[in-house]
Amino acid sequence: MLRKFIVTILILVCFILQCCVFDAFDFAGIVPNLMIILTSAFGFMRGEKEGLIIGFFCGFLSDVFFGDILGFYSLILMYIGYLNGKFSRIFYPEDIKLPIGLIMMSDLSYGMICYVMQFLLRGRLDFPYYFTRIILPETIYTIIVTLFLYPLVLKINERVEAREKRSAQKFV
Amino acid sequence: MSPIIKRKGERFTLPSKYLLFILTFLCTVLMLVTFGTNAFNKPLNTVLGYIIVPFEQGIGRVGGWLSNRSEELVQIRRLLDENAALKDQVAALTEENTILQQDKYELNKLRQLLNLDEQYGEYHKVGARIISRDSGNWYSTFIIDKGTENGLSEDMNVIAGGGLVGRITSVGPNWARVTSIICDNSNVSGMTLATEDNLMVSGNLQLMADGVITFSQLVDSQNAVSEGDKIVTSDISDKYLPNILIGYIQTISRDSNNLTKSGYLTPAVDFEHLGEVLVITDLKQQVYEN
Repeated sequence: MLRKFIVTILILVCFILQCCVFDAFDFAGIVPNLMIILTSAFGFMRGEKEGLIIGFFCGFLSDVFFGDILGFYSLILMYIGYLNGKFSRIFYPEDIKLPIGLIMMSDLSYGMICYVMQFLLRGRLDFPYYFTRIILPETIYTIIVTLFLYPLVLKINERVEAREKRSAQKFV
Repeated sequence: MSPIIKRKGERFTLPSKYLLFILTFLCTVLMLVTFGTNAFNKPLNTVLGYIIVPFEQGIGRVGGWLSNRSEELVQIRRLLDENAALKDQVAALTEENTILQQDKYELNKLRQLLNLDEQYGEYHKVGARIISRDSGNWYSTFIIDKGTENGLSEDMNVIAGGGLVGRITSVGPNWARVTSIICDNSNVSGMTLATEDNLMVSGNLQLMADGVITFSQLVDSQNAVSEGDKIVTSDISDKYLPNILIGYIQTISRDSNNLTKSGYLTPAVDFEHLGEVLVITDLKQQVYEN
């Protein structure tokens, strides 16, 4: 129950941060993708199921507010969360390389899918331009934000896990 | 634990594989349904609008206050000079205004004589503040802090600083999404103000870095359209009200089919620094029903 509540708050805060606050800190019109950080972080920290559920809801928020059709971003982020969950078996909280690598790969593939589905199919063929001006800067900015946001998410998750363990022991 | 003996109170959990499958199916159905209709828009827009928008409004207000304070400090000296210059300008404009007022009375009188209605007189407008931008980097849409409660509805035109910004594409009780004309998937039917030739204005993400968007399908058989000409929304657009300024032609060239022309135009609105917008609450159909 506590976990659900905290995760909901985290998703809402990240979405509002991304839309309102980072809009003021954009570099050349590029904003980082906090939704990807949250989705893949919970994916590799907590496993496939939680990753895909959180990805679904993160994407759903973007869909309702900014998407032309419902379900597009939900679907992408859900699969990203699920695939990140596959790596939960080799995840250790002390290691920062795996999270950074995974979030980078997630954001790159997110950008690629967005380009192919929404731009390439409409005949915008200049891939190098979109890659160097949109996808790559977004990934780099996202990684920079990850360095600050990820430890926070990790700490929150550890706290919640410790608390869950305590209350589970109490009942046994 | 053996699969046969089941501990009492053990809850049934769905394996993630099946959950993924179910949600994928759900997303696909949602996409197919919302592609043609907007069946889910209203309840979802309402619920999420009440959860998210108050926070966004608060943050927007705090951010606006902070940037106003810092700007005030920087600009005081510049404003003093500007004030002196503006006072001179006010004097000059007041005089000009009186002359124009006289012209207007004369125009009205002549119009009455000709039995002409004031065709593009006053549209009803509502001011709104931008509270958040697109969460991604691909499109130029934004959210404003007014919605159906303030009388807004879908397809209403949005202007700022005398130029066309875009139109409302989705609306909740206390928010509305505006898709701007520089958005990569937006097309506006326009015409040149001087010669009334129709053309198509399309947003372009790639060109917006240089501050221009494209226009195409301009049939200019007289060769009368030139660089610097004003482009306004056309009479034949079914979403946009006529004669709203879109921008100025920057370059123009003949297409390879030798029939039409295309080129770049500079939008009249500064999309980089957009804080407040005006929503025209008259819809295109209403203007002609009256």
